[in-house]
Amino acid sequence: MSVRQALLALLEEEPRYGYQLRAQFEQRTGSTWPLNVGQVYTTLTRLERDGLVEGAGEDGEGHVIYRITDAGRAEVANWFTTPVERTQPPRDELAIKLALAVTVPGVDVGAVIQQQRSATMAALQDYTRLKRRAAEGSRREDLAWSLVLDSLVFAAEAEVRWLDHCEARLRRAQLERPEALLEEILAEEADEEASR
Amino acid sequence: MSAVLRMAEVTRVHGEGATEVHALRSVSFAAHPGELVAVMGPSGSGKSTLLTLAGGLDGPTSGVVSVEGVDLAGVGAAGRARMRRTSIGYVFQDFNLIPALTAVENVALPLELDGVRSRTARAGARAALEEVGIADLADRFPDHMSGGQQQRVAIARAVVGDRRLILADEPTGALDSETGESILRLLRARCDAGAAGVLVTHEARHAAWADRVVFLRDGVVIDETGADHADALLDAGRIR
Ligand SMILES: Nc1ncnc2c1ncn2[C@@H]1O[C@H](COP(=O)(O)OP(=O)(O)O)[C@@H](O)[C@H]1O
Ligand SMILES: [Mg+2]
Repeated sequence: MSVRQALLALLEEEPRYGYQLRAQFEQRTGSTWPLNVGQVYTTLTRLERDGLVEGAGEDGEGHVIYRITDAGRAEVANWFTTPVERTQPPRDELAIKLALAVTVPGVDVGAVIQQQRSATMAALQDYTRLKRRAAEGSRREDLAWSLVLDSLVFAAEAEVRWLDHCEARLRRAQLERPEALLEEILAEEADEEASR
Repeated sequence: MSAVLRMAEVTRVHGEGATEVHALRSVSFAAHPGELVAVMGPSGSGKSTLLTLAGGLDGPTSGVVSVEGVDLAGVGAAGRARMRRTSIGYVFQDFNLIPALTAVENVALPLELDGVRSRTARAGARAALEEVGIADLADRFPDHMSGGQQQRVAIARAVVGDRRLILADEPTGALDSETGESILRLLRARCDAGAAGVLVTHEARHAAWADRVVFLRDGVVIDETGADHADALLDAGRIR
């Protein structure tokens, strides 16, 4: 999990204690993935067990300070020089839901799509509002947070585009349905019958 | 607060008989001061029709369109033209600037046509160009400006004279994404300053600048987003 690597990267900057690590993580990612302090300390304990960090005593107020080891530095370097794995697509509940909606009888697929489009659009509006605020800051941490927001914006935008695409494909499939053609012919015959 | 734009049960039918097209079917819609509303929908869903009706460029087959409480059908063609010079600003996808006029002349035109003295009109136009960040290009001709700069002039022309209703039809269509975003920032700032805005777009990223997003399908409003809960999200320290 990336929390481990993120904390190591923060310790490479300078020795820090648990609360500081959490504050730094959230400052740069805008509380998008909230960390609790318990999680930070469990992770630090594992990093220490694996020899990637070591205790560096306490500060004046009794906080336990951690510093990175040479093995830890190597792990951070490795993280930054390796792409994030894409071997298996992450499980996507929406894609699964749509796949089932188009096959299970009796589901109003159009309504499923529109309901999701509205929800995703509302999230996109929220990200955009947050972005307008983030853009006001000029520190390096504000830039980091703004880039995380951009990532959320791009993902939501891609989801809306994909939903538009699904809708257009479904419309076309509906028109190309053989029964649709039959229904049309029957309706025409009924019309002719009526006009005779 | 009372709406700047109100459309009540508006229907627009083009053609007759076999070629009849229902571009809008009984659409009700409002835009309030300070509000930016985005209209989204597939092509042919009636977005441009809605906007031309709101701007008085076209009339409804039935229903009522009113701007600042004035029924557009009740003021005649001259009255509607007057409102387009004073209270309604329209931004087109292809800018629609007059090539023979400089930026400042293009922006001053609606004011001058409305009888404002030339010097006053130019001063107002320069202020509007300043507001959209291109005061230094006032004396350039449209052909000597980039697409983004031309669209800024078009926006200045749409807001000059303190117009209360800004209508924009795919104003970012021909622009790269960063320039498009700066255009959205301008529209947003205008609405934050008290105007009502209606933005037609097919880009979700641009519609997201709006307070509300209205979805059109086959001439019908099928859905709408609107809740403002960014503050609640911030307070809770999470996004989703
Ligand atoms: N002047 C016109 N004459 C006939 N049909 C028109 C006219 N203007 C628009 N339409 C039809 O009305 C529908 C809505 O068009 P429009 O409002 O331009 O959609 P959008 O802007 O969403 O693409 C379309 O089917 C279009 O072909
Ligand atoms: Mg259109």
